Amino acid sequence: MTGVSLRLLAPGMPRRLVLATLAGAAADLAGIALIAAASWMITRAAEQPPLAALSVAIVAVRAFATTRGLFRYGERLSGHDVALRAQAGTRERLYQALIPAGPLPLRGADLLSRMVDDTDAVQDLLVRCLLPALAALLAGTAAVVLAAFVLPVAALLLAAGLLAAGVALPAVTAAAARRRSARIAPARAELAARVADLVHGAADLAAYGARDRALAAGMEADARLVRLERSRSRVDAAALGLGVLVQGLTVVAVVLAARSADLDGVATAVLALTSLVSFEPVLPLGAAGERFAGVLAALRRLREIGGTPAAVTEPGAPLTLPDRPLAVEIEDLVVRHGDREPALNGVSLSVAPGDRVAIVGPSGAGKSTLLAALMRTVDIESGNIFINGVDIRRYASDDVRTRITGLTQDPYVFQASLRDNLRLAGPDASDEDLARAVRQACLDGWTDRTGWDTTLGEDGRTVSGGQLQRLALARALLYDPQVLVLDEPAEAVDEETADALLADLLDATRGRTTLLVTHRLRGLEQVDEIIVLEDGRVVQRGPHHALVSVPGYYRDLWESEALTRR
Amino acid sequence: MRPHLAACLAAAVAAGLLVLVQAELLAGVLSGRFTTAVLLPLALVVAARGLLGWARGIFAGRTATAVKSALRRRLLSRFQEPDAGSARSGELVTLAGRGLDALDAYLTGYLPAVAVAGVIPIAVVVRLFAADLGTAVIVLLTLPLIPIFGALVGWTTRAVTRQQLEALTRLGGHFLDVVRGLPTLRAFGRARHQASVIQQVAAAHRTATMRTLRVAFLSSLVLELVASLSLALVAVPVGLRLLSGSLDLHTALLVLLLAPEAYIPLRAMGTTFHAAMEGVAAADQAFSLITPGRDHAQIRVQAPDLRTPDRDHAQIRSQAPDLRIFGRDHAPPAIRLEGVTVRYPGREDNALDDVTLEIAPGERVAIVGPSGAGKSTLLHVLLGFVTPSRGRVLIDGVDLTGLDLDEWRRRLAFVPQRPHLFAATVAANISLGADASPDEVRTAAAAAQAAEFVEALPYGYETELGERGANLSAGQRQRVALARAFCRPSAEVLLLDEPTARLDGRSEAAIVAATRTLSEGRTAIVVAHRPAMIELADRVIRLSDHAERGAA
Repeated sequence: MTGVSLRLLAPGMPRRLVLATLAGAAADLAGIALIAAASWMITRAAEQPPLAALSVAIVAVRAFATTRGLFRYGERLSGHDVALRAQAGTRERLYQALIPAGPLPLRGADLLSRMVDDTDAVQDLLVRCLLPALAALLAGTAAVVLAAFVLPVAALLLAAGLLAAGVALPAVTAAAARRRSARIAPARAELAARVADLVHGAADLAAYGARDRALAAGMEADARLVRLERSRSRVDAAALGLGVLVQGLTVVAVVLAARSADLDGVATAVLALTSLVSFEPVLPLGAAGERFAGVLAALRRLREIGGTPAAVTEPGAPLTLPDRPLAVEIEDLVVRHGDREPALNGVSLSVAPGDRVAIVGPSGAGKSTLLAALMRTVDIESGNIFINGVDIRRYASDDVRTRITGLTQDPYVFQASLRDNLRLAGPDASDEDLARAVRQACLDGWTDRTGWDTTLGEDGRTVSGGQLQRLALARALLYDPQVLVLDEPAEAVDEETADALLADLLDATRGRTTLLVTHRLRGLEQVDEIIVLEDGRVVQRGPHHALVSVPGYYRDLWESEALTRR
Repeated sequence: MRPHLAACLAAAVAAGLLVLVQAELLAGVLSGRFTTAVLLPLALVVAARGLLGWARGIFAGRTATAVKSALRRRLLSRFQEPDAGSARSGELVTLAGRGLDALDAYLTGYLPAVAVAGVIPIAVVVRLFAADLGTAVIVLLTLPLIPIFGALVGWTTRAVTRQQLEALTRLGGHFLDVVRGLPTLRAFGRARHQASVIQQVAAAHRTATMRTLRVAFLSSLVLELVASLSLALVAVPVGLRLLSGSLDLHTALLVLLLAPEAYIPLRAMGTTFHAAMEGVAAADQAFSLITPGRDHAQIRVQAPDLRTPDRDHAQIRSQAPDLRIFGRDHAPPAIRLEGVTVRYPGREDNALDDVTLEIAPGERVAIVGPSGAGKSTLLHVLLGFVTPSRGRVLIDGVDLTGLDLDEWRRRLAFVPQRPHLFAATVAANISLGADASPDEVRTAAAAAQAAEFVEALPYGYETELGERGANLSAGQRQRVALARAFCRPSAEVLLLDEPTARLDGRSEAAIVAATRTLSEGRTAIVVAHRPAMIELADRVIRLSDHAERGAA
């Protein structure tokens, strides 16, 4: 695990855990003591001793009967509290681990199924595995010690039975489950991905008449899961049956041993009934062993997610960014995503404070990658980015993004109100600030219509493409960073609004350091420099009037735009 | 699944009855009434109990998986109509997976426990009456306390349990939301802050759960106390009567062994009750999604009785029945909208307001207008995703509500505004719903300007896409979706929702050219923002303020 720990127990947890274990063991012991005292009292009474000889046993029977329930209640409450705390901690640490992580090699629904299921596994580890096992160990030991005082052979038999039911059986079920549980989680993830496809892709599937196939694929995933679950229930069933068998046979063996040792009736009865009851905390461990294997696999997967390499290497001792206008200098920048061709291949660029630079070029030319490198969400392979002459890699990436940020590709709308969706870019912004940002992003018509407190749906389903884009733009303007980065701000917006939007934007950013990725050229005569990127290289650069006067990508695009514009 | 459930319950009850036999034999041996040789039948009884326990587990597993599978199928079938998605997908994914697993506790734990509780306590009481009247009376009097207390506490926990399950699904949905939006959070320095929100949400979940459990476990505390105190109530008088010689040891031991067995099944029922109610709540949630309730009133469902019967269209039907049979060689249809008004559930304003327009066969129409004017809704109406609240859509004079939607959609090729790419290969994504040959897929990809980047992918057309096409750029995703439309040469009507969004100028020009070719001899209805695409159209329809204003 790289730097991030997915520890199970937060500070203060061991104490809660010990308390829960002790309560559980006390409840188990009270149960055993109750039956031991009762059987002693009855068989002894049959010998008709004076009443005084029974008085202690009578009191004991009543006392153990009362305390067993109370201890059990305490155990269950404290155990679940510990488990839920551990689960919440795991969720939070998992998220913390994701913050600096690069792209995950996983699917979103897979991640969700892992999140909900695997963090439940942490809960199960404590409530269903660890706590009962420890309590059973304490109670079983006590029963064996008691038996040893009466008849050592019987104690040996009981110990053997308890070990078979409480150690061997869980070990076997855990081993049987281990192979399968490695397959059950992917099967669940597969099902989750199919369900997600069916729901999110409902429109596409319906339009193309592919619903039945998608449903069939979903049910196939279900069938695979069903097969695995059935094989699990077979192991569970075998464990259940074997546990009952071991318990019964141990009691029979203990009685047989007592008989051949010529033990008296009182001792035999106490031994037999204590043995019978001492299995009660041990028998559920068979199923716990099965669960344990699943829990281990889940924890392994959580560690895997936690171990996703960070997107960028953070400096050991980050510098503090200067509190003055930022000048950005890019030298021979090379950035590569994975093993593919470099997305940027030797790009140089300088942006003085107050400069506005537009970046144009075909899709896949590296425009968004250039912005990502500036925002430090991707690592640099070679070359340099300097901020006021200092290497950007000497600043923490979070700090860089407090100064260089804005509208990124594929912005996201959260399941929250419009207000909260905006406020994430300005937690302390006043209502006037929000209104101004919304106005500048040409979003005020929408806010007037739907209101500020409407909850926006998942994936912004209630939000159109153009609205989403302008919402993201409003966020960027509200945040007002020192270097404003705008990745196709007029994307998916109708022609008239786009023209108005870009005109407003060029007005609003006058005198502000801005990097604008766009494929609309109208208005670009206002910016200081235009960079044309193609295949990760700068193929043209200069102001608008210079670029339209020479043949090349820019002039082609300008002419085609002039032609299509009415 | 019914025979499996019956077998499971029978095994559980039989195993419970064998416990009584076991107690009988053990008491006999310990009291000295039976010889040591009786240990052999005792061992056999034990073996039989083991066997029955095994059988119970097997059949319980079969029942549970069969029930969950059936529910899943119905849930997923229900979510086929695009506008049914009022439930969030995160919640649905959770429900279809872990949510339904909560049924396990109900089917494999609670139901057998109920069966055992219905038989064994009676059997024990009958045996106790025969053995010792006093004990039988004590057990008979205390026994009803358990279901009474159980029911009392159960009623109060039911509602809380439901809330807790809802909280659990919300928790799952919230986390997915946050993780998906992580890049956005990162860009605004809110990623760290969100960690504390996750913590708060989890803490709220814990507090809510502990509140439920405090009450739920209180019920099992009461039940446990009643049971163990009853044992003390039975054991102490029995001891005293042994002392006076009015009772023999065999009966006393039998009573000691049997009395707890009367309470155990009822307690087992109580302890599984809480978990079982989670299952019941999950099932309720599933059923409420399967069966459209009042909230879903406006959603189109396949049940014919929910469609408004329309005398006019019935007439049209009888007059022109041949129009409803569609083959592949049909000419493009004439499309007519008459006063179509759409209002989405829970919205105060109309998404489309009284739109009347006619689209001739083979016409190329551009729909323009500001965001939110209802451009996409118009396409959804034509696709039959949305049923107009007022007005009607006529296809060659036949009301769309009277057509077989699947047949009708087979005549369409649709590219939505934000197309969904499936977790499957590129080829499967392009040939969605059609059995296209690899050549056809390649041709479609080339026409949609997607061939170049697809071939550069590690496995070309066989590359598996991540969920929602995670490994492609927005422009690339758009082109894969376009290739989908190009992969249906038989389609007569193209419905394109901003096909050139997220594309740069050059690719746009190519897509426009390809769309021009594709629309030859077809009707094309294109929601457009960019001039090039609008240029392509024979006619421009402007939607504004939710109403169709003018046609050029």
